[in-house]
Formats: sequence, C-alpha cells, structure tokens
Amino acid sequence: MLALFLRDISLSIRAGGGALTGVIFFLAVIATIPFGVGPDLNLLARIGPAILWIGALLACLLGLDRLFQADREDGSLDLLVLGDDRQMLALTVLTKCLAHWAGSVLPLVIAAPLLGLFMNMEPIGIGATALTLLVGTPAITFIGAAGAAVAVALPRGGLLISVLVLPLTIPVLIFGVSASYGAVANPDPFLQPFLILAALTLFLAVLGPVAAALALRHGTD
Amino acid sequence: MRLIAENLGGERGGEAVFSGLNFALGKGQALIVTGPNGAGKSTLLRVVAGLLPVAAGRLLIEGGAEDFPSIASACHYLGHQNAMKTALSVAENLRFWRDFSGADFLSAEEALAMVGLDGIGHLPFGYLSTGQRRRAAIAKLLVSRRPLWLLDEPTAGLDKASEERFGELMREHCSEGGIIIAATHLPLGIEGATELRMGEVD
Repeated sequence: MLALFLRDISLSIRAGGGALTGVIFFLAVIATIPFGVGPDLNLLARIGPAILWIGALLACLLGLDRLFQADREDGSLDLLVLGDDRQMLALTVLTKCLAHWAGSVLPLVIAAPLLGLFMNMEPIGIGATALTLLVGTPAITFIGAAGAAVAVALPRGGLLISVLVLPLTIPVLIFGVSASYGAVANPDPFLQPFLILAALTLFLAVLGPVAAALALRHGTD
Repeated sequence: MRLIAENLGGERGGEAVFSGLNFALGKGQALIVTGPNGAGKSTLLRVVAGLLPVAAGRLLIEGGAEDFPSIASACHYLGHQNAMKTALSVAENLRFWRDFSGADFLSAEEALAMVGLDGIGHLPFGYLSTGQRRRAAIAKLLVSRRPLWLLDEPTAGLDKASEERFGELMREHCSEGGIIIAATHLPLGIEGATELRMGEVD
C-alpha cells in the first residue's frame, strides 16, 4: 500500500502529473472575483470564505477524472483489481484517494491562505477557512472516487464526473462554509459545523472507496 | 495445483463469444490458445483471470492451498497493455509491482537481466522501444512468484532472440511446476503444450 501511495505521489509531481493544474485554476478563479465584484472591501471580506470554498471545490473536481483513467489506459487497473485477494480493492482505492489528495488537493489548501488575502479576509477567517478546507476536501476526493470509478470507461468522463459528484459535495460545502463563517461572525458557532464536517469526511472515507471498488470490479470489461 | 474449466462460456457486451470449453491443466502444463481475430482468445484469458464474469459452466482451481486460494491470487495477467507508467523508470515500475504483488521472487535488476535489459533500469519507461517495453513487462512476471501465467500475445513486438529467451523462461516456469495459458498467433516454443483452437466450427 505504501508502494502504491509513493508511486502515485511521484507520478503527480513529475511532468504531466497535473499537480499544478488545480492550483492554477484555483488562483484564476479567486483572482478574477475581485474584478467582477468590484472594489468593495467589506463585501469581499464577507463573501471570502464562500468563494475560497467554491474555488477549491471546483479545482478538486478538475483532476478527479484522471484518478483511475490513467491506470486503466496502461492496463495497471486490471492488475490492481486482480490483486483484490492480497490487497483489498477498497483499501487500494483509499490509498489512491489519499495519494491524489496529497498530490493535487493539499497544494490547494496550502495556497488558500495566500488567496484569502486577495479577498481582504481577516487572519482568523483565513485560518478557519484553511482549516475547514484541510478537513473537508478529503471528503470531496472520496465522493469523487466513486464518480470516477463509475465513469472510468468513458473517454470524456471528466464533465460527467463533475455533474455526478457535485450534488453529493453540497453538504460538505455547506458545513465547510458555515464553520468558516462561525469563526468570524460572533453569534454563529464554529465547532458544531466543523465537527459535522469532520464526521462527513470520516463517513465518506469508508463509503466512497467501497462504492468505487464495487464500480471498478464490475467495470473491467 | 490444477486449473479446471468445465463447459466454460464467456460473453462480452451480452453476446456469447465462446461456449462449451473444457480443459484441465496440471503442474508444468501449458495451454496455447490459437484462432483467428475475434475468436475470443483475449476474452477467455480475462474470464480465467476473473476480470470478466463466467457466463456459463465452471472454473476452479484445486490445490492452491493458503497462498493461492483463488485464480486471481494465483495468476500473473499479462494483457495487451504493459501496465507500466511512462513517467517512472523501468526499475521503479518493477519495484512497485514487486511490492504490490507480494510473494517476492527476483529483484528488479535480476528480472531485467533475465530478459536482457540489464543496465537500462534507470531509464524512464517512456523512452523504451515497443519490444523493450514488452520485455520489461515480461520481467514483471519474474519479480513476484505466481504459479499461473495468463499471457495475451506475449511475444507481440519481440525480436527473434528475445522470443527465444522468453520461450526459455516459459519452459523454466513449467519445469518448476507452473501453469501457462497463452493466447498467440506465433509459435511460442513450449514443448508438449496442448493447443486449443478457438473460433472453428465443430
């Protein structure tokens, strides 16, 4: 499992891995918002956490289609599925998800505080948003894995995955944004939505890989 | 260890590709599957590996004991694709499959030497020629121990010398008690192999 994790990480870092694509997309989204909304600093600060979350969510979805497709194209996926007896397929998928998250989504979380400055957010708001992104984005990857497994055989599955997965990520978005607001707006709670967000991630860490493994097993035609 | 197929049928996309196949392979035996394009050779191999469902009949493995309870766990599947990453070096690819598959056999360097690719383990897989890629994929069979080899046109793209070397590897595998099922158009040079002709009217 460690070998698989390290392989996927080094693939995402090397040329053509697409680790930077998500970050650049994220940067493009956040950088254009102030031009569109106008120079109202208070308004920007107010919508900042929501925009950061939406940008990160879309950037997460961007690279998901490659999660299994690259392995399918070169035949590795067959061997990963065949290894089910030694390395449970759901665990293999979980490992691939974690590697994908560490390789392509973690850079987004790291870039988020910097982009928060573009939105004139307070330091505590930036910190809270980065923390909720850190806890919440794995959930998006896990749901996305199920979508990517279903669409793995389709040549242009990227858009389909986004459409399949987007409705399921809405709860993550809602609790992520409300926890970020809870940290800055006084009467709103921070801890409760944050804990629900953590619970969502843990729940989907089980459900997503199991569902994806099931889809992959029946999609090896 | 014995691999037995009884009245085996396979389908692809809801359409029967072959049916009523019977064979039983014991230790050291090889089965060469031949037939025209579209006869169902690759489908047969994928059904045996467990990548496609068994449409009819039975397929079982006997005497695999604890190490190899199912066919999937006992087999090396070498498909049309090489299952190697072009961005990683040849040795990195092999080391990954060695760690992932378990049951270590040869090290990556030794396996590369067996297929005549010693000294190029550090090159990215993407730099290799078609034949070299195939040889590296064959080296994948040697890095972890599996009694059953399922080979789908293993010699596609190989030159004469590599073909002979690969024939030797297969003979060695059989003499150590391994089982081989190979789909091919070319003679593979395994003596005493049973031949299964597919796609001919009975």
